[in-house]
Amino acid sequence: MTTPARARYDAVIVGGGHNGLVCATYLARAGRSVLVLEAADRVGGAAVTREFAPGFQVSAGAHLLHLMPPALLNDLDLGAHGLKFAAHNLPTVALSADGQHLSMQAGGGSGARLSAADARAYTEWRRLMRQISGALHPLLNGAPPRLGTDAWSDRKSLMRLGWRIRRLGRRDMRELLRIGLMNVHDLLEDRFESPQLKGALALDAVLGTNYGPRSPGSVLSLLYRLAATGGTEVLSQPQGGLGALSAALGRAATAAGAEIHTAAPVERILVKDDRASGVALASGQQVLAPVVVSNADPKTTFLGLLGAEFLDAGFVRRITHLRTRGFTGKVHLALDRLPKFPGLDPESLRGRLLVAPDADYIERAYNHAKYNEYSAVPMLEVTVPSLSDPSLAPAGSHVVSIVVQYAPYELNEGWATGRQRFTDIVIDTLGAYAPGLRECVRASELLTPADIEREFRIHGGHWHHAEIAFDQFFMVRPVPGATQYETPLPGLFLCGAGCHPGGGVMGLAGRNAARQVMNRAA
Amino acid sequence: MGVTNRYDAIIVGAGHNGLVNACYLARAGLKVLVLERNPFVGGAAVSRSLYDGFTYSNCSYVCSLLRTEIIRALALPQHGLQIIPYEGGCTMMRDGGHLAVYDNHDALRREIARHSPHDAEAYERYVRDMLRHCRFIKPLLLREPPDPTSFRPRDIHELMFLGKHFHNLGEARMYDTLRFWTMSCADMLEEYFESEIVKAHMAGSSIIGTALGPRSAGTAYVLLHHYMGSIDGAVGAWGFARGGMGAITQALASSFKASGGEVRVSAPVEQIRVRGGRATGVVLDDGEEISAPVVVSNMDVKRTFLKTVAAEHLPAEFIDQVRKFKIRGSSGKLNIALDGLPSFPAIPQGSPAMRGDLHITDTIEMLERGYDDWKEGRWSRAPYVDMLIPTQIDPTMTPDGKHYMSVFVQYCPYQLADGDWTDAKRQAFGKTVIDAIGAHSPDFKDLILHAEIRTPKDIENEVGLTEGNIFQGELTFDQLLFNRPVPGYAQYRAPVRGMYMCGSSTHPGGGVMGAPGANSAAAILRDLGRKV
Amino acid sequence: MSTPTEPHYRQPLLKTPFHERARALSQIDRFIPWAGYTTVDVFTSAEQEYFSVRNASSLFDLTPMVKYRVAGADALRFLNRLMTRDLAKLKPGKVAYVVWCDDAGMIIDDGTVFCTGPNEYRICTAERQMDWFTASAIGFDVRISEVTEEVAALAVQGPTSYSLLRAVGLAGLERLKPFEHGQFSMPGASAPITMMVSRTGFTGDLGYELWMEPADAGVVWDTLMRHGGTRGVRPIGSQALNMVRIEAGFVLPNLDFVSAAHTLRIGTERSPIELGLGWLVDFKKGHFTGRRALLAEQTRGPRRQLVGLDIEGTKPAHNSLLYTQRSGRTEAGSITSATWSPTCKRNLALAMVDAPYIATGSVLWVEIYLNRELVWERRMVRARVVERPFFAPARRRATPPAEF
Repeated sequence: MTTPARARYDAVIVGGGHNGLVCATYLARAGRSVLVLEAADRVGGAAVTREFAPGFQVSAGAHLLHLMPPALLNDLDLGAHGLKFAAHNLPTVALSADGQHLSMQAGGGSGARLSAADARAYTEWRRLMRQISGALHPLLNGAPPRLGTDAWSDRKSLMRLGWRIRRLGRRDMRELLRIGLMNVHDLLEDRFESPQLKGALALDAVLGTNYGPRSPGSVLSLLYRLAATGGTEVLSQPQGGLGALSAALGRAATAAGAEIHTAAPVERILVKDDRASGVALASGQQVLAPVVVSNADPKTTFLGLLGAEFLDAGFVRRITHLRTRGFTGKVHLALDRLPKFPGLDPESLRGRLLVAPDADYIERAYNHAKYNEYSAVPMLEVTVPSLSDPSLAPAGSHVVSIVVQYAPYELNEGWATGRQRFTDIVIDTLGAYAPGLRECVRASELLTPADIEREFRIHGGHWHHAEIAFDQFFMVRPVPGATQYETPLPGLFLCGAGCHPGGGVMGLAGRNAARQVMNRAA
Repeated sequence: MGVTNRYDAIIVGAGHNGLVNACYLARAGLKVLVLERNPFVGGAAVSRSLYDGFTYSNCSYVCSLLRTEIIRALALPQHGLQIIPYEGGCTMMRDGGHLAVYDNHDALRREIARHSPHDAEAYERYVRDMLRHCRFIKPLLLREPPDPTSFRPRDIHELMFLGKHFHNLGEARMYDTLRFWTMSCADMLEEYFESEIVKAHMAGSSIIGTALGPRSAGTAYVLLHHYMGSIDGAVGAWGFARGGMGAITQALASSFKASGGEVRVSAPVEQIRVRGGRATGVVLDDGEEISAPVVVSNMDVKRTFLKTVAAEHLPAEFIDQVRKFKIRGSSGKLNIALDGLPSFPAIPQGSPAMRGDLHITDTIEMLERGYDDWKEGRWSRAPYVDMLIPTQIDPTMTPDGKHYMSVFVQYCPYQLADGDWTDAKRQAFGKTVIDAIGAHSPDFKDLILHAEIRTPKDIENEVGLTEGNIFQGELTFDQLLFNRPVPGYAQYRAPVRGMYMCGSSTHPGGGVMGAPGANSAAAILRDLGRKV
Repeated sequence: MSTPTEPHYRQPLLKTPFHERARALSQIDRFIPWAGYTTVDVFTSAEQEYFSVRNASSLFDLTPMVKYRVAGADALRFLNRLMTRDLAKLKPGKVAYVVWCDDAGMIIDDGTVFCTGPNEYRICTAERQMDWFTASAIGFDVRISEVTEEVAALAVQGPTSYSLLRAVGLAGLERLKPFEHGQFSMPGASAPITMMVSRTGFTGDLGYELWMEPADAGVVWDTLMRHGGTRGVRPIGSQALNMVRIEAGFVLPNLDFVSAAHTLRIGTERSPIELGLGWLVDFKKGHFTGRRALLAEQTRGPRRQLVGLDIEGTKPAHNSLLYTQRSGRTEAGSITSATWSPTCKRNLALAMVDAPYIATGSVLWVEIYLNRELVWERRMVRARVVERPFFAPARRRATPPAEF
């Protein structure tokens, strides 16, 4: 690592994931001296591009950009910092074993395969989701209110929440209050006929969570995803993978005046007079700052970096109860050549391909995860990024990046033996839609949640650092006592996915945290 | 056939909520008629003699929720109601081990400590938290839920009451409450206990009657139903009704008649009549018409609005919402006449654990796998059973020396994946359950004199509960409070003037609680300008 | 000697190693449950037993006190984060009175900590605490085990307690100062009996607590009773102990406060500051659970406080409400514990009083109901806020103690 230029900063940010970088940018823009310390040898956290087989590059964590709100992207001016898109506005296609794939593109289902009733219902669905996500989006843009305080800002923010929901109109408001905590299986069952459509929508609801479609709360997870962009979700693929986005975020932070050091793991957060006072690096060096912002997950932050002795026991118990185990795996395939996907046009193949033929299929896949087994027939979200971005693979070869559910953190039989078996299952599951896939595979890699924990230093290996469930959501995220990006220890803040509004490459936690830091200092 | 009589109010269905509702209306001076389809009153709270000399509580089997306020207001003890507490309870494991529950605090602590000393102490925190949540919810049970979309003073007032009630908890408890209400039972128990059997024992009551597994969010809340009785501090609010569950509805009927009410059994209502947007009365299946300006349905919301009121009188959107209402059969019931008291070797000799609810399960995973079976349209291969032998305490239900066993079974689907229920399938279901019990009681099968096996289909056919759902609708977030039964109609009033709902489909839901009946009566009397 | 153990569902309460002897001396069969054991409430009469504490020697069976052994590299760090006092100062051989709080700074329980060696401690408390201790141990290298059943405990309290213990052969006790403990031995039936003795107690008088192997309990009791004749030793029950602890101004859970681990209602928890135990809270030692909340409370000032009351008349003011005026219009708090003190000849009480009235010398009115041959009378009597302890004889602290 390089050595920080100074011994003292206005703020030290622990972790250079996308949220840490966004937070650093906003603090630096506000004139603070900011130091970002990243343990890995490059910034980005789980939004990185790396080689997984000789000559084959892949976005190792997230593989598409779709949650970062346009306003934030514009504000950060990432284009000026080198971000280019290999593909923009990618389609989503629900695959069908018989080749009759369903395009989920804007403007309503393709219509070709949807019944008239489904087409109508889908249009109404999209309207309702746009309405609701538009109403909820502002909630993601700031710190959630804190209950039980007499602070005017909290009351105002609660009243604004109420007002926004009321403004939906009686009908949509009632529907929101009804479905908000429902399970997506029932909701889809009430509205649609097509199993394929229901499967695709259910996949979006459970992706990255410990839910099956029948789990109450799965609708919340869907609404949360849609609310990130206020219903204007667009899928894009950065040129050079998600690592290129992180690199651009890093350049934006540097341009704003932040200082970034990689290969600089923080060992602990320093405390003086019951305040955070800086950090000690693994190298033994200490950096002082009146504000420490942790991009690490809450368990790592509080139990690893800070230590229970600076916290109340009840709070520590809450932290240990935080559910942080991931159920989502990642499979990377290096292909000598791309097999045929019967029925799929070239444009669709460049998009996001879903393997979830119906909601019950997902539910059955989920059943296994409940008992620490991998899904016998998993649900997949597939991209072939090398189609839009040939730089990722040697000429003529291709990279397939697959988000797979469900892969439990802890596997009964152990991942040592389970790893190859599950990788084969994933290849065969996708192979059903692309005959001959197996023969094309030159190399493969499986990242289980345990691998994700190791590689990205996320306790439990969960996408969102902590499960997106109502009892870990919004006002209670990550835990009571550490909401609003603050912690029980004055001067210590959180800015990672464990905070409201959660993970995915969204960047809002980082920006909201920066605002809160400045509010508190003001 | 013309108009045969004139009443102030007609209640369709003589279940416990219908009778509670009728009692309150009659006490307020209304002339009330209760119509019951079956030749007996009680709905799902009945004592029936289906085998020589034996009385079965053949549907509901425990009295844990009936509100003390209602028992007192309707003078039910004077009309014969006696509730006798359980003395214990027990969960039996496949390896022959057991976890018993005892009334005595120290005995219970030492019992749990046999499995985990940690859990024995965590149990105190668990009970404390449960009672805190009960204290929070209790004042909400006997209130009409507000419509959050409305600007009516009453709704705003009620919303403010809710807000204040919540705010009074203080920050930490507000968060605890928010979390508790939305957690899964499994996750919640994980925050207290380490022992699988302790968790499994506690989790049992979270799945009873629901089409959810213990890992489904929202099931923690269902656990409260088990603790609600103890919060009253009134001994005997929780236990067996002497003479079976029918004793409750018999006392209600008696109280109702004493207030001048009239009950007609074997009088199935074919249709609720609506004229000019107003309910005007009912038509029985033999064509007889009975008119009244107020008609109250104790039937579940689907049966009421999809089968008994003509669709043209109802808003299309309302009908759509009623169709979407989730009311799923997930439970079966066996009622068994026994030649003697079966032995359960797992339970120590002389332990009062026998005189309570007996369960068979090992882990939460077993319960969850039982739920997986249900999702696939089959009954649980290793079902969760909630058994009671009330005749150890209640001497009135069987001949001397004989016993009656009530066996509640979770899960059992209404619709099987492999086609309709047949008698052979019913027998197979019964055999699964009897074998499961037999595995824990060597003499059990030989003692069986008679067994009544009830699938959700049977419960629907006899009691009229759609899909045989014991709560008249799933107790999930989307169907609670102002969403119960459907958004915009949570205040007991149907979209037709003069027509009301009083069944468990309405707030605060099922269990033999009586609160929907009482709340509905309050709404009716308010509309009539009477004193509540 | 011991009866065959009945299973817990038939006999939920355990018996202490002193039980058979206590039962033999119990004249009126008054037993009460305490922390899972059956213990004596009154042997003969509470008043007679009371005087043995203030005049001679008393034996009180302390075995049900819940005992934990705490050891490990982080034992001190763990305790200092758990408890409000600075235990870095507690060296081996010393005992400290402590309280611990939840995150909100509300008392979970009080107890004593014995430093038994480097990074090794024993905690004694009235109620089981493993649930909270386990939560508090997250992140610390510490082992906590309950040793309640492995240690029999007997309190020997009263002015002649020292001479009684010397008489049974416990040598070296004269050096033991208040809040110190050590290993001592006395002659046993065959071999000498070694035990831990601490100069601690719940009576506010000269006294000791004996911590021994359960197997030795019978011999120790018998020896003490045998040598007790001229020193006036007698066993006492909980009622007598309650009288003396009020005189000494000690608080008891479930009487003077309810543990924050048990409260159901809102606002019924009590902080150490409210209980008048602010002196146990050390804000300078570093972080401990509840510190931030207690600091805020200290800045704000407590809403109420536990005070001592001296009440007119002789009728104990059990459970009485307090008022600011005789008219009884404005409530000012309530009594938590009350007794007529036979030694002080004062009518004493501990009371939780609203902040405006906690100053020493404040006058309040107490509503007392008097049973006059089943004809009940309501009296409003005057009470004055006074300093605690009500009774603190010099002999309590004298080292070496006086021979009586």
